[in-house]
Amino acid sequence: MNSGAYRWFPIPALLLLVLAYLVPLSQVLMISVTDPELGLGNYALLVTSPSIARVLATTARICVITATAALVLGYVVAYCMTQARPAVRRLMLVGVLLPLWVSVLARSFAWVTLLRREGVVNSVLMGAGLIQSPLPLMWNEFGVSVGMIHTMLPYAILPMASHMRGLDPALMAAARGMGASRAQAFRRVFLPLSLPGVIGAGVLVLIFSLGFYVTPVLLGGGRVRMVAEYISLQIQELLQWGTGTMLATALIAAIGLLLFLLSRAVGLRALSGAR
Amino acid sequence: MEGPGRGIRGTAWTVILFLLLPLAVVLPVSLTDQPYLSLPLHTLSLQYYANLLHSADWQSSILQSLLVACVSAGIAVILGTLCAIGCWRMGDHWAKAIQALMLIPIVVPTIVYALGLYRFYAQLGLLDTLLGIILAHAVTAIPYVVVIVSTGLSGVDARLEQAARSLGAGPIVAMRRVLLPLLRPAMLSGGLFAFVHSWDELVIVLFIAGRRVFTLPRRMWDGINDKLDPTLAAVAVLLVILSAALLFLDLWLRARREQT
Repeated sequence: MNSGAYRWFPIPALLLLVLAYLVPLSQVLMISVTDPELGLGNYALLVTSPSIARVLATTARICVITATAALVLGYVVAYCMTQARPAVRRLMLVGVLLPLWVSVLARSFAWVTLLRREGVVNSVLMGAGLIQSPLPLMWNEFGVSVGMIHTMLPYAILPMASHMRGLDPALMAAARGMGASRAQAFRRVFLPLSLPGVIGAGVLVLIFSLGFYVTPVLLGGGRVRMVAEYISLQIQELLQWGTGTMLATALIAAIGLLLFLLSRAVGLRALSGAR
Repeated sequence: MEGPGRGIRGTAWTVILFLLLPLAVVLPVSLTDQPYLSLPLHTLSLQYYANLLHSADWQSSILQSLLVACVSAGIAVILGTLCAIGCWRMGDHWAKAIQALMLIPIVVPTIVYALGLYRFYAQLGLLDTLLGIILAHAVTAIPYVVVIVSTGLSGVDARLEQAARSLGAGPIVAMRRVLLPLLRPAMLSGGLFAFVHSWDELVIVLFIAGRRVFTLPRRMWDGINDKLDPTLAAVAVLLVILSAALLFLDLWLRARREQT
């Protein structure tokens, strides 16, 4: 009975969550099956509309590129962080955390100054005489992918590094002691043990990438459209609430499915190490 | 055990440089002497910082963002801490359910929430109001505060609080005199995160703001989509410096948390 009073403590947060979050969110689901008319007509567009098919394909492609690059590059950083001396590890951690704390808008803007036609990269390369005419570095999938990888790398590195730190270093030492080469010890012992962290980080990056808005819009310049921008276009320019909310609902469903697969694979605990 | 090879370490540091260099490049660009976004050509110039200092638009946006971020972070810290303490003390399946529910705003894309919020606020007359933005930013920040404070609570000895209770303190007194002092670093960390969350938030604002609400991210967004004035680079430099300051404050708080 001691905890009686404490039962009330979560109530204000829950009330706000229900009233200011879940109620508006449920309206999205409602509109998707009632506008313009009751039924699943909007969902049929998922298979019949060529423009939606194109947006979904672009989204899937960029998400897969982003997640793959963030996982591979992030794995190397996480691995080195786990093996480094504490002082070096702290330095690397600051390098990973700082971009995470800088506004996404400022980061995307920095990429715009670097990658645009008259941007820093092109002017430096042309000044050095390496290229004759500016390279097309943004307003294409290359630019969007670079910006997305930059945004998502910290989300890939942090969960992998925190998982790797939990692994027993004695296992690697034992493999080495029993005659495995460094590469063998890594491939046969460390890599398999670190896989749950990789899967958790991968799902996290996929979830965040799927609905990302700012970076793809700024670096895609209207020529590369991912699903979040397409949704906002449906609502703000075309007033197609049915289509917009249907895609939003499909996005939630896709994320729910990813989370379900993750919980089957490694358990939801892997996600809470995210920060 | 021997560390990773030189090639691997080189790759790791290259990735970290890739993470940091774009943040650094805005500094020379903000000091350009040219009328457009570029590296300085002949000399360094502070004209775009002066621009920022004299622009009523930028200043009102900064003040508005500060107000929204402080108030919403305050609400998020109070409600989030209460929620985390309640769940910690209950420790049953209800607590688990609440914590699972709190994950929803973290995983649902902001754009999806913004759609629903637009419709909802239109019915309530909260579109283009500071109250509307503050509530939206607070509710989306609470989950992060709950996660951070719960982590802080996992290091607290539950018997301390029980001892206070058995010596006659009610739950409120026990919380104020025993738990909250122990949790202060975690709460500040949560508050910092909630502040940054609101300070940077663009998507919700784009949907529910009209003429009156013009936060800093919205001002930047308009600038980037409009004419890419180098003043934006000056703003970005100030944002990077602010983020670095907040990050080091947070790392310091974490270090203190580990000591207690």
